[in-house]
Amino acid sequence: MKNLLEHSGIEPGRLHFSWVSSAESTKFVKVVHEVCAAVKALGPARNFVKKMAEVA
Amino acid sequence: MIEYTAKIREIAERILRDGTVDAVLGFRRGSIPMMNEPCLVKDPAQVQTLVWDSNCGINLANYLIGRKDKIGVVAKGCDSRNIVTHIIENQITREQVYVIGVPCTGMIDKRKVSGSTGGEITEVLEEGTRVKIKGADFETTVDKADVLQDNCAICVHPNPVLHDERVAEPVPVPQDKDRYEDVRKVEALDPQAKWEYFEDLISGCIRCYACRNACPLCYCPTCFVDESKPQWVGKSIDPVDTRTFHLLRAYHCAGRCTDCGACERACPVGIKVRQFTKKLEKDCRELYNWEAGLTLDVRPPLDVYRPEDPGDFIK
Repeated sequence: MKNLLEHSGIEPGRLHFSWVSSAESTKFVKVVHEVCAAVKALGPARNFVKKMAEVA
Repeated sequence: MIEYTAKIREIAERILRDGTVDAVLGFRRGSIPMMNEPCLVKDPAQVQTLVWDSNCGINLANYLIGRKDKIGVVAKGCDSRNIVTHIIENQITREQVYVIGVPCTGMIDKRKVSGSTGGEITEVLEEGTRVKIKGADFETTVDKADVLQDNCAICVHPNPVLHDERVAEPVPVPQDKDRYEDVRKVEALDPQAKWEYFEDLISGCIRCYACRNACPLCYCPTCFVDESKPQWVGKSIDPVDTRTFHLLRAYHCAGRCTDCGACERACPVGIKVRQFTKKLEKDCRELYNWEAGLTLDVRPPLDVYRPEDPGDFIK
């Protein structure tokens, strides 16, 4: 899944996969920090953003 | 490949007469050149309608879904691989199908033929490896190799992988074809350029779903694009909705696509929709050493868990 999305132009680092057990709280925190840092570094998404019709 | 016609008729007549099958699925001549259409023959007296030439690109495996009768089907290499996929996915049983295997030398891309001439084409004739194109005021001959469908030009499985009977001896299997040149070209781009490449690729899409309808893999009773509760994807031609459709359609074919080219052939605006599925096909080959539809004995990679499955993307 990651491969085709990145092949079609999603930046590497925007999509993450992880497996965290409910007993692995420290791992969960670590993963969240990592994902946040990676996505923040990329900045706001420019692609795959659907603009809603603007109504007056 | 025109010479196959007589043999196909002979086999069809025989298996209909002796009750091996209730019907035979093949092609008949279409109403305009290069547009042969699928046809189901139930009466042995009508086998003369069956034809075979290089305009039989439609994947007949698509018409086998949910059939209850015993059916004979004329199958090229790619069709036979899709029949295998159907059997693996329990869409039809092996006992139900009688496969009339056709060693294939490739199908003609009607767009390439039209592009090589100016006016309206009234007749297209095959003479061995040459193709004669006739119109009202012109006549020209081209090499069949120059007007092959893109997927046929890089085909490495022209012979049926599964057959009960074959209309001719297997054709030579092309060696060292570079199947993924175009995929690698896209892989080399940076993310934004990739995005724009696909944006440009699907910019003409009118969301007619012809690619889905032509695809033998797309047999869900209700396709995700037609669902309204929940609505998975917007129905507009907003570029984001269109891209979502194309991406999801491709994912549904992951590890199943045989690169038969039916989607691309069906597209009314000529989008190279195979660019999506081909990447998945390449990945399946590299990650799982898998090519769809070659054997009845192995479950597809996305169907089973193996401890050695690649998992580097999971943190």
